Amino acid sequence: MSAGQANRFGFVINPSRLIDYDTSDRKVREYITLREPSFTLCFACGGCAATCTAGQHTSFNLRRMNTYIRRGEIEPLREEVTRCMLCGKCLLVCPRGVNTRNVVSLAAEAIRKLERNEL
Amino acid sequence: MKPEGKKRIWAEYQKEIPDDHFFYVRSCIRQTFFAGSEQCFLKIMRDDLGKDVFEDPRHTTCTGIGYHGDIVPFETIQTVVARHFALATEAGYKNIAISCVTSFGIYTEILETWKHFPETLERTREDLYRATGRTFEIPETISHASDIIYKFRDQIARKAKYNLVDISTGKPLKVVEHIGCHYSKMFPKSGIGGAEFPHVLVGMVEAWGGDIIDYPERRHCCGFGFRQYLVQANRGYSISASRKKFESMEPYQPDLIIGNCPGCAMFMDRWQYTIKEMDGITYGKNGQGIPVLTYEELAGLVMGYNPWELGLQYHNVQSMPLLRRMGIKADPAERFLAKDGTRLPEPANLINE
Repeated sequence: MSAGQANRFGFVINPSRLIDYDTSDRKVREYITLREPSFTLCFACGGCAATCTAGQHTSFNLRRMNTYIRRGEIEPLREEVTRCMLCGKCLLVCPRGVNTRNVVSLAAEAIRKLERNEL
Repeated sequence: MKPEGKKRIWAEYQKEIPDDHFFYVRSCIRQTFFAGSEQCFLKIMRDDLGKDVFEDPRHTTCTGIGYHGDIVPFETIQTVVARHFALATEAGYKNIAISCVTSFGIYTEILETWKHFPETLERTREDLYRATGRTFEIPETISHASDIIYKFRDQIARKAKYNLVDISTGKPLKVVEHIGCHYSKMFPKSGIGGAEFPHVLVGMVEAWGGDIIDYPERRHCCGFGFRQYLVQANRGYSISASRKKFESMEPYQPDLIIGNCPGCAMFMDRWQYTIKEMDGITYGKNGQGIPVLTYEELAGLVMGYNPWELGLQYHNVQSMPLLRRMGIKADPAERFLAKDGTRLPEPANLINE
């Protein structure tokens, strides 16, 4: 929709947040949990996102990324995973001991494999 | 499960709907946007079913929109509703029939509050007496007008001139029913079928020959809300909720949508126009929109009332495809012709033209 139309109505239609389980792709989640089982311990407290340096400067959000992985939403994950600098500060604050850096690294690896049809 | 067990459980989902003598309270939205609906209800009740329905011109808005928009305090709305009860008491009526689902939710919320917090009832009695000098009795029954049409659905079916059947194929029309959230989601026992199995519109549609579509987002809110649409910039929340429902029902190719809440019917009609204007998308068959009717309008069509007297021409999504399927002959040239022969204003960019 063009900006002109948005002005005409004074609002825009919010994008749908509907999760379609028929089209969601769980391959990335399975790839990660097999290699980094601590990922299943995450209870989405958001400590990682709060301490994240990349998140201070970009829209990167590790908790949101984990949600994309769990839901099998690959398209937004593809963009999100490139923003992490792999500094590892999130590792220090995670109360569940999740190896978050490895989760990001494996997610990037899984995405690359998906693109090469190797997953 | 044994049939007796089923009957016992289902009995808990029923509500008492009186047979006659109603004090009718109108709806701000319904009489504004669906101008023929309430008149149609009254005509069916009085002329076709021979019931006593009383209206008092001193009845006012329930102020529900202001209450849900956080600008009318609860004490104020209790006093306004108490005044309505006082009018019913003065007229000698004990059964309230409510046109609007928002009002219905307000009335049930207030009655529940008075039941559990009797001091609020006493305070309201005092407020009303000081403000107006009136006193009131709590009504014996509270029915939504759709409850009443539901109760008499078989009688309407027996008098029907048209059925919800596609005359070209002989198959039942596919109908989406949408129940307003405030009908039974807040106080399940106040609705037929409760919050889990609301049967009020299903019963009508099945009695009149149609088939109900059970689609994934069937019980999702239409998005009406109050704060969502009162603030223009927030209307994206409202329209996206309706769109979620349209996308969910689209694969089932519904012939029409029927609603018992005037707000739901208004937005599901108007948002189809807005989505078409913004994104060029429609959700009905052959690139058309899905007509949205109030239950009174549908009852009126079934009874053979003139669609233009019911006010169907003032919906954004026009009903001509539906009328053709039902075999109802209505001249499009007379759509905007008043009874005195003058031309009524014609809305622009209607869908299904």
